[in-house]
Amino acid sequence: MNGVHDMGGMQGLGAIVPEPEGPPFHAAWEGRVHAMTVASPTRANIDAGRHQREKIPGPEYLAMTYYQKWFRSLSDLLVLKGYATREELASGKAAPGTPKATPLLTGDLVAATLSRPGSYVREGASPPKFAVGDRVRARNINPDGHTRLPRYARGHIGEIMALQGAHVFPDSNAHGRGEDAQPLYTVRFTARELWGEAANPRDSVSLDLWEPYLERA
Amino acid sequence: MAHDAHDDHDHGQDAPSDMALRVKALESLLVEKGLVDPAALDAIVDHYEHRVGPRNGARVVARAWSDPAYKARLLADATAAIAELDYTGRQGEHMVVVENTPQRHNLVVCTLCSCYPWPVLGLPPVWYKSSAYRSRAVIDPRGVIAEFGTELPDDVEVQVWDSTAEVRYLVLPERPAGTEDLDEEALAALVTRDGMVGTARL
Repeated sequence: MNGVHDMGGMQGLGAIVPEPEGPPFHAAWEGRVHAMTVASPTRANIDAGRHQREKIPGPEYLAMTYYQKWFRSLSDLLVLKGYATREELASGKAAPGTPKATPLLTGDLVAATLSRPGSYVREGASPPKFAVGDRVRARNINPDGHTRLPRYARGHIGEIMALQGAHVFPDSNAHGRGEDAQPLYTVRFTARELWGEAANPRDSVSLDLWEPYLERA
Repeated sequence: MAHDAHDDHDHGQDAPSDMALRVKALESLLVEKGLVDPAALDAIVDHYEHRVGPRNGARVVARAWSDPAYKARLLADATAAIAELDYTGRQGEHMVVVENTPQRHNLVVCTLCSCYPWPVLGLPPVWYKSSAYRSRAVIDPRGVIAEFGTELPDDVEVQVWDSTAEVRYLVLPERPAGTEDLDEEALAALVTRDGMVGTARL
């Protein structure tokens, strides 16, 4: 979806405020939101979580802090997936007679679970159509669902720099339509191709793009 | 009403105290329903506060500076080379290391959300997640880097990496001059988080 989250190349969104290395959470509730998002049964689908944050209405999205967005999207996903009702979220109490579930992640399993090497690569997908060095154009698509093809790259020509294997395809997985693994490529676009003649001719931007986003140029 | 540092530069809709209450209510509900284990929440917070962070990445960089064979493995298959130091897990599943040279500088961003290599850098700082950084890093990387205090000469190539998939990028900074006599631990102390994101040069 062409939401405000897709902000690459926008100007006027304020100053960058550097921050020294320090604690990751700036209030205790931020850590709890992070932890609940990681531990919740809704965490099973990372793409659905990202899409839920994108669906926060633009004016609100821009006004929220990072963990306010996480809190909102976790609450919305819990309702959407049937784990809680709006009434329960408002009261903080389960409706009478609610059966008690068993947590997926218990304290003793956390360290091993968070450190476990995982993979988004899936075997058995169709072989890649493009090779390193091929020129490709990012397609001009404007889906109203989840996509990881930023607007600033659409319609532009780049070069395949690397093949990353077949990765879970977010445009499908975010919507519960299956993982539909697709070849993933690192594609380099010159800064001039993206931003015009004023850009430094040496500079480039590389993106990781799935095959359905690309056509031969 | 109390405001934390976070809110000073990224205003939200709710005062922090309101958020604290709402988050507490959500946690009570999820615990009562058996959807989360409070001990797991404590352990997750502890993990991201104490077990991962940019010192992990600094050790990777210091090893690469000290050991040419390790550096070659790191550039060829970063996921495996980083796993040699036991830095594995969520948001580090597919690692790529990009090397700075005198003629090339690398900068990492996630324009669509806030993707960041957690096992080696920990959770991202507020600026990395901000609209300002996410929007400008791809169109004006030299301006962004200058705001962090480094003016890059025109003849240095800037490569920006937008983390649009599950591949996570770590910048291998150049080893500073005059560090020939330092051991790995002393070298690691020179490596900064911003140097590994690319907003700074060491």
